[in-house]
Amino acid sequence: MIRFLLRRVALILPTFIGVTLLSFMLIRLVPGDPIEIRFGERGISAERLAELRHEAGFDRPLWRQFVAYEAQVAQGDLGTSVVTHDSVWGEFITLFPATIELSVCAILFAIAIGLPLGVIAAVRRGSVFDYGLMGLSVTGASMPIFWWGLMMILVFSVALGWTPVSGRISDAVYVVPWSGFMLIDAWYSDDAGAVRSALSHLILPTIVLGTIPLATIARMTRSSMLEVLGEDYIRTARAKGLGTLRVVVVHALRNALIPVVTVIGLQVGTLLGGAILTETVFSWPGVGHWLIESIQRRDYPVLQGGTLLVATLVMLVNLGVDLAYGFLNPRIRR
Amino acid sequence: MSASQSAAAIAAARPPPGRVTLFWRAFAENRGAVVGLALMLLLIVVAVFADVVTPHSPIEQFRDHFLAPPLWQSGGSERFLLGTDDVGRDILSRLIYGARLSLLIGLAVVALSLTLGTVLGLIAAFAGGTTDVLIMRIMDILLVFPSLLLAIVIVAILGPSLFNAMIAVAVVTLPNYTRLVRASALGELARDYVTATRSAGAGPLRLMFSTVLPNCTAPLIVQATLGFSSAILDAAALGFLGLGAQPPTPEWGTMLAGALQFYQRAWWVLAFPGFAILVTVLAFNLFGDGLRDALDPRLKR
Repeated sequence: MIRFLLRRVALILPTFIGVTLLSFMLIRLVPGDPIEIRFGERGISAERLAELRHEAGFDRPLWRQFVAYEAQVAQGDLGTSVVTHDSVWGEFITLFPATIELSVCAILFAIAIGLPLGVIAAVRRGSVFDYGLMGLSVTGASMPIFWWGLMMILVFSVALGWTPVSGRISDAVYVVPWSGFMLIDAWYSDDAGAVRSALSHLILPTIVLGTIPLATIARMTRSSMLEVLGEDYIRTARAKGLGTLRVVVVHALRNALIPVVTVIGLQVGTLLGGAILTETVFSWPGVGHWLIESIQRRDYPVLQGGTLLVATLVMLVNLGVDLAYGFLNPRIRR
Repeated sequence: MSASQSAAAIAAARPPPGRVTLFWRAFAENRGAVVGLALMLLLIVVAVFADVVTPHSPIEQFRDHFLAPPLWQSGGSERFLLGTDDVGRDILSRLIYGARLSLLIGLAVVALSLTLGTVLGLIAAFAGGTTDVLIMRIMDILLVFPSLLLAIVIVAILGPSLFNAMIAVAVVTLPNYTRLVRASALGELARDYVTATRSAGAGPLRLMFSTVLPNCTAPLIVQATLGFSSAILDAAALGFLGLGAQPPTPEWGTMLAGALQFYQRAWWVLAFPGFAILVTVLAFNLFGDGLRDALDPRLKR
């Protein structure tokens, strides 16, 4: 187990270096000189520009710049925003809870709905319910979620007036930003209105971001259940006279869950990619919204650092899923 | 001889169904796939004959008809079946030209990433060793990024345009093809027929493209079909974020971005382009699923 663990951890190191190389190249490939972008609008002389370039190390050979960048990243320095002059890490960590809150709610929503639907479809294979659900699931997986979010706003916020259009909480309530998670902060504010406001802001983005994972999970649960339900031990369990519910939930579902859990783990990339669109549509002040704004403002250090952080996060979660899988299933430890 | 006996004799004498017939039977079993195919054909016909079927030019601005509602709403007219946008352009016409654009985007992206991915995958499988590790590591690195984020970064480097968005999406989908080709090629390389061809003196290029590749096509066709839908979806998302096709190009995602300021007053500028994206992506996904089931019965569930 320890060898398996060390091997997996060692395997992600080259990937991580590759990711940093990509983010290192990013700032050098975007149009415009990074120094000029940083200081350009103040009209400085050519000599001063060369001096600044030298100070930032941009006149050194590329490989030495890369080594310096690696050292900088290793120390946790991801650069400074050109627009706000705050550190990229600081901005990321303030906005990240908003993205986690949304993503966690979305995946919980997807599991809570997708898992039971997949099980029912498998048990009633070939029924109208099964066909209907599979049709909906392909539709969900094909959904342009940016449009889906706007349609939800149009129906539920504009036409029906049930939910707010954007943001995380109403301007009328003040909540002490303690944890960064609006639901938790609102809960501790002892203001029922604050909790209600936070929830009503959260519901549409959750559904929108959860749609594709929901479709994937329902589909995966169904096919995994169908496979398990065909096994001999299920027939044995039925032959023993166990009730359908017990056979399905206790005997079949437990084994069918293994591939489903993997699929859920692999949704992290989908969620973070989807968060970019969902946060843009709902003006949700999270990391995705921040990255899109960084492009519009040409704030390339933010794009560079943010991209590196998101990729690292996906890598770590994938590693975690991998390790958990090896822990649960000794056969793949090799 | 009774009539039923002779009928049985005739049936027995009939030649066995050909490959195409067998494939079609397996494919048509999946009703969703047939619906997908029908939708796809409809889209292709509409896209090819866009000049003929559109009532108006996609960029002509009717100055007296800003935000005209669709036909069935009060104030709608037969002149603009799906209404007009904020500068008076006919939405239906823009959607039809958008179909042409989206199919071209899908085609170009798939062609690019399929070709490049096939070559890289074959090289990785044949060369093995360091080359293999290097190619597959690079693919792993690309896979670590959420696909939309990587596409955004590439567009940030190249500059926002439809062409650059297509390149970005092609790069993002490249690892899928490379991995697929490498895995199936490795499977084939262990077979006897490859050894036989090799010992008969076939060079590496011949082995790669005319011996091994034809036997890897089934999963590739499926992946390419599904790649079509993800290319259309990602390109539309980039257009929506202002990083893809630029206005006034009638690209569906770009049309949605343009609708943002008006959609609360005029739902039709928002509803139809997105619905067009959904239907197109759905058609390719349904068709791709059906293909997969028909081409590889083992995967059928």
